[in-house]
Amino acid sequence: MTLLWRRLLSSIPVLLIVVAFTFFLLESASGDAVDAYLGSIGGGDAVLAQSLKVAYGLDQSTGSRLWLYARSLASLDLGWSVAFDRPVREIILERLPNTFLLMGSATALSFGLGSALGVVAGARPGSVRDKSLSIGSLVLYAMPSFWLGLVLSVIFSVQLRWLPIAGIETIASGKQGFERALDIARHLVLPVGALGFIYLALFLRVMRASMAEVWRLDFVLFARSKGLSRSRIVLRHVARNALLPLVTTLGLQAAAMLGGSVVIESVFAIPGFGRLAQEAVAGRDAPLLMGIILNSAVLVIVVNLLIDLVYALLDPRIGSSETGA
Amino acid sequence: MRFWRNFLRSPEGVAGLVLLAGLLLAALLAPILFPGDPLRIAAQALIPPFEDPNFPLGTDRLGRDVLAGLMHGARTSLLVGISAALTAIVLGAVVGTLAGFAGGFLDEALMRVVDAFQIIPSFLLALAFVSVIGPSLPVVVLAIALGAWADPARLTRAQVLSIRERDYVAALKVVGMHPLEIAFREILPNALPPVLALTSVIVAAAVLTEAALSFLGLGDPNIVTWGSMIAEGRNVLRSAPFLSIVPGLGLVATVLGVYLFSEGVNDALASRRGGFS
Repeated sequence: MTLLWRRLLSSIPVLLIVVAFTFFLLESASGDAVDAYLGSIGGGDAVLAQSLKVAYGLDQSTGSRLWLYARSLASLDLGWSVAFDRPVREIILERLPNTFLLMGSATALSFGLGSALGVVAGARPGSVRDKSLSIGSLVLYAMPSFWLGLVLSVIFSVQLRWLPIAGIETIASGKQGFERALDIARHLVLPVGALGFIYLALFLRVMRASMAEVWRLDFVLFARSKGLSRSRIVLRHVARNALLPLVTTLGLQAAAMLGGSVVIESVFAIPGFGRLAQEAVAGRDAPLLMGIILNSAVLVIVVNLLIDLVYALLDPRIGSSETGA
Repeated sequence: MRFWRNFLRSPEGVAGLVLLAGLLLAALLAPILFPGDPLRIAAQALIPPFEDPNFPLGTDRLGRDVLAGLMHGARTSLLVGISAALTAIVLGAVVGTLAGFAGGFLDEALMRVVDAFQIIPSFLLALAFVSVIGPSLPVVVLAIALGAWADPARLTRAQVLSIRERDYVAALKVVGMHPLEIAFREILPNALPPVLALTSVIVAAAVLTEAALSFLGLGDPNIVTWGSMIAEGRNVLRSAPFLSIVPGLGLVATVLGVYLFSEGVNDALASRRGGFS
C-alpha cells in the first residue's frame, strides 16, 4: 500500500500544475462568462454587468481569484456554472455515468476483441492471417472515430434502420428495468462500436508484439520439449504471459479514450461528460470547462493508479518497493 | 542507398510512400488545378458525383465543388499535421534536454509539468485552447502541439540522462565549454534519433485531432478542411451521405499512409542493423 500512497502524493503537484495552467489559459480569454451571459440574454446595462461580475467574483485580481479557486477546490467545490446556473460538480456528476458506460463498454470491446485477435495473429507470426489482421486493424486505427460513427449510422440507422441514430435512450418511452437497459444498450451499440473498433488495433498490435517476445523465452522452449500441443502452448503459456503489457496500454489509452468520447458523444448526441465539454466551450463557461479538465485529469490519475495495482497483482515480480511504470 | 533498397523491399513502406506521394501531389496541385477560393459557390447545390464532368465529385449543400475542397483539404491536413508534429518535437526536445542535463530541482519541476500535460486528455486540451484563443490555423497547430510534446520530452530526457555520463561530455566540461552549449550542441543531436521515430505517430494523431476540431466547428473558418467538410455533409447525411464519407476517406488515406511509411522505414532500419523485422 505504500505504492498507492506515494503515487497519490506525487500526483498532487501535478494536479496543481493542471489547475494553474487551465486557470491562466481561461484567464487569457477575451471576454468572461458575464459577457457571454449578457450576450445570450440579449445584452444588459453596465450596472447589471458590474453587479454580476461582483457576484461571480470576476472583479477581483487574477492572483486572488486563483487563490480563491484553489481553496474552494480543496473542499471539492468546483464553482458555479454560468451557462447552466447550477453547481459545476452537480452537472459533472450527472453526466459522468453516461460517459463511464460508453468508455467502459468501448474499452471492454477493444481490449477483449483486440487481445483475442492479437492471440490469433501472434500464434503464427508472419502467416497470411497475421498479415491481414495487422493491415486490417491498421486501417481501423487510421479512421477518425467521428467519421466511423457517421458511416456506421448511415449503414445501420439510415439504410437498414436497425438501430437508433442518436441519444442514450428513447425519450419519454416510460420503459423500466430490463426493458430500459435493453433500450440503452441498443442506443449504445453504434457509439461503442465507433470508439471501440478504433482502439482495437492498438491492443491487437501490443498483444501480437508481446507474444513474439514471449515465444523466445526459455519456458516456452521447455513447454515445447515436453511435447505440449501448439494451441495449449499458445493459450496457456504464451498468451497468458503476454497479457501484461496490454494492461499498461490500457492505462496509456485512458486519456485518449476520454478525448475520443468528446467527439463521439457529440456525433450521437449522448448527454455525457464529453458533450458537456463542447457545451461549456459554446457557452464560454470557464468554471465548467475548468471543472471538466480537472475532473478528466483526476480520472486519468485514478485509472492509472488502479492499473498499477492490477499490474502488481498480476506480476508478483513487482513488489510494493518499485514499479517499472 | 542501401536504406532505400531495403525500404522498397517492404510492401508496407511502398504502399505508404504511394499514398503519401499522391496526397502531396494533390496538395501541391490544388491551387493550380482549382485556383480561387474552394469555399466559393461554384455551381448549383447538391450535384451528385460522376454526373457533371465539370464537377466530377459533385457539389455540396451550398454548391461548392467537392473535388476542389478535397484537394485543398489535403493541403490543410498535411500542413497542420507536419507543423504540429515539428512544434511538439522541438518543444519536447528542448524541455527534455534541459531537464535531463540540469537535473535536480529544474528536472523535477519540468517533469511534473510534463506529467500534467500527459494527464489532461490532449483533445480536451486542444478544444479548450482553441475555444479560448480563437480558431485560426496557427492556434490549431499550437493547440495540437501542446497535447503532443510530453512524449518527446520524456524520451529526450531519458536519452540525455544516459548520454551525459559519457566520456566525451566529461572532456567537453574539462575544456570549459558552456553547459548550455554542451547540452544543445553536443548532447541533443545524439539524443534525437529515437525521438524522431515518434514523428509518424505524432503526425498521424495531429491529422486526426485537427479533423476532430474542425468537425466540431473549431477549425479556421476561412480554410477548407476535411473535418469541416464532414461536418457540413452531416446536415444532409440522409440524402447525400457521400458528402461526409469522401473527405473521411482522405483522412484514412493520410493517416494510413503515415503509418505504413513509418513501418517501411522501421523495417529498412532493422534489416540494416541485421535484426529481425
